[in-house]
Amino acid sequence: MSLVFDLVLCLMILGTAAASLLMRSALGGIVFFIAFGNLLGIAWLSLGAVNVALAEIAIGAGVTGILLILAHARLSAMGDPVECEPTSPWMRAAVAVICGGLIVLLSVAVLSISPTDRMGAQIATLMPALGIENPVTGVLLAFRAYDTLLETFVLLGALVAVWAIAPPGGWPQRPASLAIATPVSLTVIGTFSRVLLPASLVMAAYLVWTGSDLPGGAFQGGTVLAGGILVAALGGAIALPRADDMRLRSVLVLGPAMFLGIGLGGIALGRFLSYPVGLEKALIVAIEYALALSIGATLALLVAGKPVPPAAVQEGGD
Amino acid sequence: MSPLDLLVVAPLVFMVLSLLAGGWQRSLLALAIATMAALSVWLMTLDPGTAHVVGGWELPLGVLLRADGLAQMLVPAVTLTAGLTGLYALHQFAPESHASNAQTAAFWPLYYLMWSAANAAFLTTDLFNLYVTLEMASIAAVAMAAMGSVRAALRYLLIALLGSIFYLLGVALILSRYGTVDVTLLAGMAEADFATALALALMTGGLLVKAALFPLHGWLPPAHAAAPAPASALLSGLVVKIGFVITVRLWFEGLAAAATPAGLHVLGGIGALAILFGSLQAIRQESLKALVAYSTVAQIGYLFLAFPLIAGAGHAWAGLSFHAVAHMIAKAAMFLAAGLMLKAAAGPRIADLAGLARAMPLTVTAFGLAAVSLMGLPPSGGFSAKFLLVDAALRQGQAIHAAVMLIGGLLAAVYLFRPLAVAFSGSETPVVPPKAPSMVAAPLALALAALLLGFAGGPLADLATGGAPATVAPEPLPALEDTVETASEDEQ
Repeated sequence: MSLVFDLVLCLMILGTAAASLLMRSALGGIVFFIAFGNLLGIAWLSLGAVNVALAEIAIGAGVTGILLILAHARLSAMGDPVECEPTSPWMRAAVAVICGGLIVLLSVAVLSISPTDRMGAQIATLMPALGIENPVTGVLLAFRAYDTLLETFVLLGALVAVWAIAPPGGWPQRPASLAIATPVSLTVIGTFSRVLLPASLVMAAYLVWTGSDLPGGAFQGGTVLAGGILVAALGGAIALPRADDMRLRSVLVLGPAMFLGIGLGGIALGRFLSYPVGLEKALIVAIEYALALSIGATLALLVAGKPVPPAAVQEGGD
Repeated sequence: MSPLDLLVVAPLVFMVLSLLAGGWQRSLLALAIATMAALSVWLMTLDPGTAHVVGGWELPLGVLLRADGLAQMLVPAVTLTAGLTGLYALHQFAPESHASNAQTAAFWPLYYLMWSAANAAFLTTDLFNLYVTLEMASIAAVAMAAMGSVRAALRYLLIALLGSIFYLLGVALILSRYGTVDVTLLAGMAEADFATALALALMTGGLLVKAALFPLHGWLPPAHAAAPAPASALLSGLVVKIGFVITVRLWFEGLAAAATPAGLHVLGGIGALAILFGSLQAIRQESLKALVAYSTVAQIGYLFLAFPLIAGAGHAWAGLSFHAVAHMIAKAAMFLAAGLMLKAAAGPRIADLAGLARAMPLTVTAFGLAAVSLMGLPPSGGFSAKFLLVDAALRQGQAIHAAVMLIGGLLAAVYLFRPLAVAFSGSETPVVPPKAPSMVAAPLALALAALLLGFAGGPLADLATGGAPATVAPEPLPALEDTVETASEDEQ
């Protein structure tokens, strides 16, 4: 894209970043942070990395934004004023020197490298056999499926880690209700989310399906699904499940377990995580659909937070 | 079929099962221990250097798993440590309470996640995959630390994330510079240019945080001391070794070309400071678990003190591998024994242990045997490790390194004798609640293993040297007994 566009974009990214750091009001900082995430997504788009852009906007701006706003609401509800303490000038200076020095060093290093792409050719020769077109999906679900498999367990582990800090009496209950306290807003968001949740399900399914050939995939689809679930919970259209609900547990482990199972099936053909010839695309898409469901449920519950005693469920954020 | 990927995958299968069948943890653990023991034995029978890519996707794109000497020592040690710690944890996190206790419900899935992470980290040669294993281990470790103190865990989480970011920055630089992140490929192509040096520095900085090397150790003592005993055993035994092993893979294999002698000496010097600082802090502690946690800070120092000695004469590489294994097993034994002692004692302080040696002789014995290995007294595994390291330092004329290791041993004796002395003091026998046999047996078995490790010194040192990277001194390794004789002749 044009130089002017890129320059303006860079200025806006730096501006929103600075604003979110310097803003005294935490809520103002969060709003600028969300804008910053969206602008970063556009920057990835202009670099041609559509998959990264989707992930950045969905997770970096979307889910993280909801998480920060909820955290702000819950802290406010506890009565503490959510203000950023002014940091000492020495601290600021030290952080500025360290970050500045690191940026200079990294810039020198990056400029000294003439990028070598040894993998591009290898990926190009391997892709046709997979029967899919999107090389990112090829890398995530085939060539480096091992990394992705372990990452899905990191995500699952993160939710279990949240469970570990459930307060006494909170286990195995539901997370604190996300439903908005103001009746009018609740009605508006509730009505909106009754349309949005099915729409997000369709869009997630589409993103996963199209991810075989075009940008998209399980992570993007799962994040969209999580967004739909969260908005529905904010609008009071759905209640979040108890942590010991076996249906919930099944959905959470579905993706990782399917990935493991298909990987182990590969042993019969010679190697863990090798796909039988001809079935590559079918198995990859099956794993992706299962993963998208699990990722959606896990992300939504991660944002909702730890299980709390039933009495506290209604005292959620607004 | 290969044990290399199964050793990583099997614990993940158990993680899924433990989430679905919370009441069946006892059977799951028995099955897991049997499976992992069998796979570990299979791993040890492989020729050192056996490797294959996951799923058949070739390098530089795919992920290579490899059984080198270091992995062939560490993975079975993980099986032993995690397995016995699991048996102990069956009582602390009794499966019957999974429906009412969040920590019990969360512990078992996280336990299997950590087990998988440790094996994955020791078996892969892929720098990006190592990043994923760091994340697996960190998530499980932070959650386990949170079971003791959410405050300490939050601090741990933030600092661990910072470490991850620095590591990942370095991996990104390496990928764009060389077009691969595989250590075995990098070993043949790495150059000592600015980008590589910066990448090495960034990754090492991030990893030293994870390995809790002084002065980046601040998060470790509060987190390890506050966590429940089985969690502390896993945190001190397994998790800090992951950062250490990745550092070794970088400095002596993948990026050895950029690893200057000056850099190695800086790491060695920091290691020496860690030994002295950690030991002195351990001496000052009033709480038993804080003492054991600071002992970890000191023992990590030995691992890095060995760095400048690796390429020279002697058998520092074997000593280093040996020390990693011996510390893993002995420290797990000590944390489990300390957990039992503290449950019986009136309070968390060392002074509260009075008379416990008469009330729970087996547990105090386990603590004592683990202490023997940590101090480096013969015939323990700790002795063999420190002997090989001191011997290498003397052969290379590094008298200061040798002196620091010997002083560290003396200081360890000072801080570890103190709780033992208190436990033996007094004349009354405190009444302690009865303990399940397997809970008493687990630390004792680990401590005995750490002690007996010394008798397997020769074969284990051979194993460590087998498949060692080319930068390690290729001198043939004599039997340990010969080394002892040569060393005493040298002194004469």
